[in-house]
Amino acid sequence: MQLARVIGTVVSTHKHQKFEGAKLLLVQPVTLDDVPRGTALLAVDSMGAGVHEKVLIVIEGRAANEALGRKGAPVDAAIIGIVDVVDVPV
Amino acid sequence: MQLATVIGDVVVTRKDDKLTGVTLLVLQPIAPDGQPVGRTLVAVDSVGAGVGETVFFVRGKEASFPFHPTEVPADAGVVGIVDHWDLG
Repeated sequence: MQLARVIGTVVSTHKHQKFEGAKLLLVQPVTLDDVPRGTALLAVDSMGAGVHEKVLIVIEGRAANEALGRKGAPVDAAIIGIVDVVDVPV
Repeated sequence: MQLATVIGDVVVTRKDDKLTGVTLLVLQPIAPDGQPVGRTLVAVDSVGAGVGETVFFVRGKEASFPFHPTEVPADAGVVGIVDHWDLG
């Protein structure tokens, strides 16, 4: 899993049927220090996350399917939690 | 999934039987600011996307799911055409 920041929303009318009703968010992976890392990606959201929130994401097909609650959906990334706090004692 | 622009298509006559009738598109991944990012790639298409359109695509074996029960040998697939996106 990775930490990420929700940076936007995506609207797509014409998409694979397994996406019907699913919310698509643009998320930017971040480091523990909240610094953007790598390229932003699209993740399906069933947690009700909003823009600017820090979230926990999976970037793996089977896990993303589980999160979406649909079998056989062509998804590879999903938001699985909204992060309250990350505590890493030094 | 990632955003991308469809920049071309690929015609392959001699190919795996399971790719018969499947459209292959050349994608340029893009960042949320619309700028190209990373390498171009070839993806199977299940939504009827065309050159010039902004799409989103999935990586990995999930790319073959839209063709179920045919197990298309693909590692990337276009699964949606993007109307627009908004940055908060």
